[in-house]
Amino acid sequence: MKLNIPAFVAALAVLLSAAHAETVRLAVTTSFHNSGLSDTLLPAIQQELGIEVQLLVVGTGQALRLGRNGDVDALLVHSRDAEEQFVAEGFGVRRCELMYNDFVLIGPKDDPAGVAAAASAAAALSAIATFEKRFVSRGDDSGTHTRELHIWSLADLDPDEFGSWYSEVGAGMGASLNTASALNAYILSDRASWLAFGNKGALALLYSGDAELHNQYAFLQVSQARHSHVKAELASRVERWLSGPRGGELINGFRLQGESLFRHNASCNG
Amino acid sequence: MVESILPLELAGACVRRRGKALVGPVDLTISGRELTMVIGPNGSGKTSLLRMLHGLERTRDGTLSWAVSKELARRRQAFVFQTPILMRRTVVENIAYPLIVRGVGRKHAREKAVQWAARVDLDAYLDRPASALSGGERQKMTMVRALITDPEVLFLDEPCASLDGTSTREIEELLIQTRRQGTTIVMSTHDLGQARRLADRIVLLLRGKVHEACSAEGFFRQPATAEGESFLQGGIVE
Amino acid sequence: MNDFLQGLIEAFRLLVTLDQDLVEITLRSLQVSLTAVLIATAIGAPLGSWLAVTRFRGRRQAIACINALMGLPPVVVGLFVYLLFSRSGPFGVLGLLFTPTAMIIAQVFIATPLVVSISHQGLRELWAQYHDLLISLNTSKRQRMTTLIWDGRRALLTAALAGFGRAIGEVGAIMIVGGNIDQATRVLTTAIALETSKGNFSLALGLGIILILLAIAVNLAIHNLLRTERASLW
Repeated sequence: MKLNIPAFVAALAVLLSAAHAETVRLAVTTSFHNSGLSDTLLPAIQQELGIEVQLLVVGTGQALRLGRNGDVDALLVHSRDAEEQFVAEGFGVRRCELMYNDFVLIGPKDDPAGVAAAASAAAALSAIATFEKRFVSRGDDSGTHTRELHIWSLADLDPDEFGSWYSEVGAGMGASLNTASALNAYILSDRASWLAFGNKGALALLYSGDAELHNQYAFLQVSQARHSHVKAELASRVERWLSGPRGGELINGFRLQGESLFRHNASCNG
Repeated sequence: MVESILPLELAGACVRRRGKALVGPVDLTISGRELTMVIGPNGSGKTSLLRMLHGLERTRDGTLSWAVSKELARRRQAFVFQTPILMRRTVVENIAYPLIVRGVGRKHAREKAVQWAARVDLDAYLDRPASALSGGERQKMTMVRALITDPEVLFLDEPCASLDGTSTREIEELLIQTRRQGTTIVMSTHDLGQARRLADRIVLLLRGKVHEACSAEGFFRQPATAEGESFLQGGIVE
Repeated sequence: MNDFLQGLIEAFRLLVTLDQDLVEITLRSLQVSLTAVLIATAIGAPLGSWLAVTRFRGRRQAIACINALMGLPPVVVGLFVYLLFSRSGPFGVLGLLFTPTAMIIAQVFIATPLVVSISHQGLRELWAQYHDLLISLNTSKRQRMTTLIWDGRRALLTAALAGFGRAIGEVGAIMIVGGNIDQATRVLTTAIALETSKGNFSLALGLGIILILLAIAVNLAIHNLLRTERASLW
């Protein structure tokens, strides 16, 4: 095997000098990306602002970590407490609420725990715990997982005390839905991921509508004071565009399988 | 005239494996331009002795010394192994290899290798892989690979051990020519006929020790010891 | 069974239509993994050769370490390389995170132990054959190493192909350091992971079939190259 070292060095040089055009790196959660909304928004941003948004699709925990380390220019996540802490610690410029959708409770079509008729999200989860029907939890400190834990606490229940019917899979939304589908189990999902999910099996959407299931997405620009290389100017433009009328129009108009998924409710504070 | 690396002197030298002496202690001197034949039964230590002389085995206890430094002496010796060591290369590349490692240019090394190949009738196989050669051809190739650097001392460890008559004759002819050109040869054999045909001097090795060392003529006329006589007559000697 | 069939159909569709995205991620997969293996071999061949011809205290331990490194989970390598190249890490200023270069670096870490280990095994056998001859010819250590590398090039090729197999099929490390960014760092394996997470099993399976075909094609291409190199068998 001949090693053509000069050619290799040349190739490496080309790679290293790859043009850093007008690109912004945005860490987003799987639930946002799986909906397909990004496929509508990114080309529009490219066209109207001339900015290429590179998406890093990760869990909320990893997204916040990437932001803290300065590896992305902005975040689009849905975990309010963690977001506020991120801003308070000075990693984010401000928290800009952008849009919302909702979480939904998914489960076997025959609904053995009878959650469909529950009076609230907490009551629905209580029913699952009472009947000890199989439940799949993200278990990955994501926004969805945080919300699930919040609702258990509203029902005065502690998942640490649950039996084997409660499975923490420690995976992303898609992987967790795959597991739930295989186990024919209950699971809390965001509406977008559920609609876009291609392996529904015998699962169905059983419960939704409680105010506690409100799922707010926020845009967080990483602070240039912390990480001087961050492309603050470009990220600001993306933020303004998303929270402005064009963003609103595309977000409200986005439909998946005939359903409107996100409501634009832009409000930036700080 | 280049300074001779000879004599080679062994004094009380041993080869040990895991503490056990395979050879020695041996006192022996190799000087003159002659062919020294090491004979002895299987397991008597012929191979180990030759390897020690060439520096492939560490000398324990006693001393091994050349007329010049070991490094200098090393450059003027060559070794032919009982089982030919074939490099995964063509015949001509195998023969040229010792020149290449000495810094001779590829073109010149190849020219010389081609000449040497012709001397042992390998010219038809120059660009074939060495592994395609027959047993006799392989040993002829390793012979000329050893001779291409024009060594002053040539060691051979039973070079004809597994060869047919024709190949043995060709190798012996090459050895006779080599000796005639002034190369000192030290070799081993288990073939008394070969010892008779080639040897100027005989070293009879028994149980790792030099039992007799004398002129070939004298040895074959009348061995000095009873074991020597028994070995010569084909008896079992331990 | 239906999923398998769908996967085959999907692979066939992607191949026949020469899907633009597919071509792009396939080429990127090749670029990243081949470059990584080239570097891994440039490190592994001399190191394997050096380990074969050198005796030193702690050699066994060094070889044991390299063999153990072969089992390193790619995710760990990915995390390690991420921490090195994160903006907050020691090499952050280079801005290499989430680029193909970072993916190559991660795969070099993954492939090199394998290439070193397999090279060493092959060259050690060759060294056992050559040992007496090369000592007798008074060769320098450098000459011994280069002779082993040249004469053992088939073993090295086997090592390189094994390294390529590990690199091209790896997802854990490049997902972390590459980020699976569409049009920038997405490769076959990360695309498969993404489609699986979306529940698009047939597309994921189709991409998997293409990945295997690609690996087979690379292996065959290199073996053919060798066969024509010299019409001989050693």
